[in-house]
Amino acid sequence: MSVLLEVRDLQTHFFTSDGVVRAVDGVSFDLLRGEMLGIVGESGCGKSVTALSILRLIAPETGRIVGGSIRFGGRELITLSNEEMRGLRGHNISMVFQEPMTSLNPVLNVGTQIAESVVRHLRLPWRAAHDRAREMLELVKIPDPKQRLGEYPHQLSGGMRQRVMIAMALCCNPQVLIADEPTTALDVTIQAQILNLMLDLKEKLGTAIILITHDLGVVAETCERVFVMYAGRMVEQAPVASLFARPRHPYTRGLLRALPRADTVSDRTGARPRLTEIPGIVPALTRPMPGCPFVPRCGFAVERCRVSNPALTEAAASHLVACWETGRVAEAVA
Amino acid sequence: MALTASTADDTLPPVGSPVVRIVTFVRRNPTIVIGAALLLTLVAITLAAPWFAGDPFRQMPINRLRPPSARFWFGTDQFGRDVFSRTVYGARVSLIVGLTVSGLASLIGLAIGLACGYFKRIDGIIMRAMDGIMAIPSILLAIALITLTRPGLGIVVAAIVIPEVPRIVRVVRSVVLSIRAQPYVESAIAGGTRTGKLLARHILPNTLAPLIVQATYVCASAMLIEAGLSFLGAGVPPEIPSWGNIIAQGRTFFQIAPWTIFIPGAFLAVTVLAVNMLGDGLRDRLDPRLARRM
Repeated sequence: MSVLLEVRDLQTHFFTSDGVVRAVDGVSFDLLRGEMLGIVGESGCGKSVTALSILRLIAPETGRIVGGSIRFGGRELITLSNEEMRGLRGHNISMVFQEPMTSLNPVLNVGTQIAESVVRHLRLPWRAAHDRAREMLELVKIPDPKQRLGEYPHQLSGGMRQRVMIAMALCCNPQVLIADEPTTALDVTIQAQILNLMLDLKEKLGTAIILITHDLGVVAETCERVFVMYAGRMVEQAPVASLFARPRHPYTRGLLRALPRADTVSDRTGARPRLTEIPGIVPALTRPMPGCPFVPRCGFAVERCRVSNPALTEAAASHLVACWETGRVAEAVA
Repeated sequence: MALTASTADDTLPPVGSPVVRIVTFVRRNPTIVIGAALLLTLVAITLAAPWFAGDPFRQMPINRLRPPSARFWFGTDQFGRDVFSRTVYGARVSLIVGLTVSGLASLIGLAIGLACGYFKRIDGIIMRAMDGIMAIPSILLAIALITLTRPGLGIVVAAIVIPEVPRIVRVVRSVVLSIRAQPYVESAIAGGTRTGKLLARHILPNTLAPLIVQATYVCASAMLIEAGLSFLGAGVPPEIPSWGNIIAQGRTFFQIAPWTIFIPGAFLAVTVLAVNMLGDGLRDRLDPRLARRM
């Protein structure tokens, strides 16, 4: 499969009164056509900033992409003019945000909000755009789409609004859909419906999806490949099965051990084994880190980890990891 | 049972015949209805003035300083002019000034406020300029403008609009700042919406409710300032009957003919009250959260 989006050594920094925050510090990855890629990591690790950087939506007052390259279909996005970038957003690359409750404009009806994007990008007349909006609502399985078009966001439930958001994002047939924690604000049954819908649409429309989440369960269910971020860097990248079976970075291992699993064997008393947490907190991103950012919280750390930052290397077939001691980590898991 | 009926009455949308609906609306929004009714009456009287109010300029020296009677409802002034007729025509000036000032100030303020709230680059400079303009008293500005040109309605409107604009700008800007941070605006940007369209479709509609409310307050204060300016002789030319002018001219004979002052004064007070009531009612209706906080 061909590479659709190619991110190389992306660096996005925010300039605050406390110093430079290296929110994304050298992230590289490829997104293949029609693939579902997961980005996981805890709050503040740079997942959302990576996504926003791809669309160049970082507010210029506070932050900037300071280095790296983002190539989409052969075009470099970082040097594109603002006008060209606006033409791309929502047309070729679109985004679904976390908050379905506030991501729709309360004063415009749903149909207008979807149609607006169609008129803007596909240059259809309003009437045709409204027909397109109705088709999209049908596609995201909203019952009675004709009536829903005229309704306002407050008349819809949370799951419904997220469906509308997805309809909006997909109405111009984008090649890439970035979903930034699309199910976090929804309850579990609705989460499952939305994820299934996204998988379904991926199959139907061939859209590549970048799914940003902190829920490893969601990743295991839906993604083909996944990468793990920590403190603005990418620490591990692997096919989902490989990552879950044999995590090769101590952080990933920690995340998986903190995850309640239905398939763990209970002992004789019937009690489940205790979940282990990762000790410590995320390092401040304002200070430069010469070594591996995970050192203070890592049980495998040796002297070398403190002084030099490990590069992403292939530890097994298409399984990349940035860790000096990955051999020991893999053994410990096995 | 009675309890259920009354709660249903307060919270559910009104149902039934149009008469029932109107009654419910009046009961729920007394201030809007009273304010609007008073203003509409005034507008109607002003528009119909030529047919029943008589000539505000006709002097009848025989009938000087007559108290209110069946012939002269509000009495006459020192030139024997009918105070009723003058008061009714005077309402025109107040209404025109109130409406044009609030309209112009809203338009200018909306444009500046949108720009300030959205483009952070110009925000600091323009807002400091607005603070500066706010410090200019309308009355002094009007006197200065009139000494430079000739007195007239246009100058009065301009003199009141200039210091009122910053009030609108502040309200619009604060709304824009909060709306700009809303996810749906970010989402619209992520959808490739152009800046002009983003402002017009996603941000502007949200500023309208507070803008309308603020415009009514500007309208009320414009009417008061105009009356004050006319009273001081810095407003509309004295030959035009305006409430401020009538009061100013009646001032000398205040002790023997108090009606020349009280009646236009009462009209001014009631009109301003009506506009303020309408504004308060609209505020409660358009922004329930704000109403609860106040």
